[in-house]
Amino acid sequence: MNLSRPAVAALLAGLLLLVSLPFLADTFYVQFATKVLIMAIFAMSLNLLVGYTGLVSLGHAAFFGVAGYILALTTPQYEAASFWLSLALSVCGVALLALLIGAFVLRTAGIYFIMVTLAFAQMLYYLFHDTGIAGGSDGIYIYVRPVADIAGWRPFDLDNVLHLYFMVLVLFACVMILLRTIMRSPFGHVLSGIRVNEHRMRALGFATFRYKLVCFVIAGALAGLAGYLSALQFGVVNPNMLGWHLSGSALMMVILGGMGTLTGPVLGAAAIMALELGFQSVTKHWQLLMGTVIVLVALMMPRGLVGLVAVPRRAQDDDDD
Amino acid sequence: MDSTIFLIQLLNAVQYGLLLFLVASGLTLIFGIMGVINLAHGSFYMLGAYLAWSLSEHFGSLWLAIASGVVLTVAFGMVLEWLLFRRLYQRDHLYQVLLTYGLILIFEELRSILWGDDVHGVRVPEVLSASISLTDTLSYPVYRLWMSGVCIAIAVVLYFVIQKTRLGMMIRAGASNREMAQALGVNIGLVYRVVFALGVALAAFAGMIAAPVSSVFPGMGNQILIICFVVVVIGGIGSIKGAMVAALLIGLADTFGKVIDLEIGGVRLLPELSAMSVYLLMAVVLLLRPEGLFGRRQG
Repeated sequence: MNLSRPAVAALLAGLLLLVSLPFLADTFYVQFATKVLIMAIFAMSLNLLVGYTGLVSLGHAAFFGVAGYILALTTPQYEAASFWLSLALSVCGVALLALLIGAFVLRTAGIYFIMVTLAFAQMLYYLFHDTGIAGGSDGIYIYVRPVADIAGWRPFDLDNVLHLYFMVLVLFACVMILLRTIMRSPFGHVLSGIRVNEHRMRALGFATFRYKLVCFVIAGALAGLAGYLSALQFGVVNPNMLGWHLSGSALMMVILGGMGTLTGPVLGAAAIMALELGFQSVTKHWQLLMGTVIVLVALMMPRGLVGLVAVPRRAQDDDDD
Repeated sequence: MDSTIFLIQLLNAVQYGLLLFLVASGLTLIFGIMGVINLAHGSFYMLGAYLAWSLSEHFGSLWLAIASGVVLTVAFGMVLEWLLFRRLYQRDHLYQVLLTYGLILIFEELRSILWGDDVHGVRVPEVLSASISLTDTLSYPVYRLWMSGVCIAIAVVLYFVIQKTRLGMMIRAGASNREMAQALGVNIGLVYRVVFALGVALAAFAGMIAAPVSSVFPGMGNQILIICFVVVVIGGIGSIKGAMVAALLIGLADTFGKVIDLEIGGVRLLPELSAMSVYLLMAVVLLLRPEGLFGRRQG
């Protein structure tokens, strides 16, 4: 199944827009777009669990936050860390954490899975919030951004807003290609099979637990990538980065955009963050408006934004429980 | 730790556990019977606490505040079920999570608009304000004992209603097979509405009686919700008995985790770290019995 012509056109147009954006808009919007791309990576990683494999995780922010903390804790106070080294460290560290947590939470399914992922994430939240190991509830600042030097040569400067934007854009594109490759691979087909009917997959001889665990680790590592980038952009980490509000809004991005689709979470992330920005400028009780939107989406838009334009995918109809 | 302090901590642990049971029992009933995961359950606890505070300021009596608060929250639960939750029964858990997450945001903001973001204290009623002295310096407040007594009484009534009454029979029938119960003439829609309102009222009532002890503050609902999830996971979904056992276990683990200074290999563990004992308990249960202590084995 190849991309249809309108889809290719839309994708190219989107790419063109993203590449030309810094030359059209002022700094505030470039920074905002960077933030949106980072959240889009996060939402795509959650989509791998929720949309493709049918694992509804409500603790995904844990991986996002821990990656940020790894960067903050390994950065010397007044010196710059190496971008390459700290990136590898954060993503690998979070992948290990996902392996450990996944081994526990994947023993459960359905409602239990939702609650247990939430509980483990909150455990980490309280670990960082209540103990002094990383600044408690205030979090810690990263005073010096990492530098991307390779043997004295600096390919890009992370203090530069434009460089940061394009670096994030490249990573975003890589994640998108990676996820597309995964979902078209035999491994991805097994994941889809697990979503539709896990019993049948097991009966066919697939060790579904191992597939789910690998999927959980990949999703965790990608969430870690997003968290690392977020900490790098804002220069600060705090416990809210692993709180369940972030997990909840990521879930909202996935569903609003259209789960189980490649572009859905990206649209969802952009829509949610634009709404947030808009609501915040209207009232300080903006969560009331956001909550109302979420309730309405849950009741009326099961297919999300993508569902409004695209032909519904048959796979989404299967309500396996 | 000497025996008096141990006794005080034990009473605290039991009282906390019983309070958790009140909140978790509503949660587990709604899960077990209606198959709905309700993240907004903690908000009902918060609602109860704020109602106890504002109504007792208004009436000048906590008793009147609790009585009117219970009536209000039952009505609130019924309306909420009719308006929103009944649309969720046949839907995937994902949409239940999303809708109830949206409700949390709405409830938190409404709380902030109606009652502000300050922390409030609620006075213990005159009758129960005494303390029982245990030694020259240590004493135990009567109010906390009364709380535990009330929770136990509610647990007994709940057990009796579910196991021995006609309503309980309908509830159990609806839980095990919705269609069959309906075909046999049970008005399942009404049963669900009653169960939901009961769950809301239980959580709100827990918030009301906890208000004088824990004070009333923003975010109090979410804090207890997470712990109640742990209770439900350990006890097993839908099991009232499991909720009771797990709630007491959590009460003990949490209270003693905070007061005992663990020393392992000369390294003193922080009390905050031992507060994670609750989650460790959950991890152990998940390893040994993923379906919870009293849960039914999943397919």
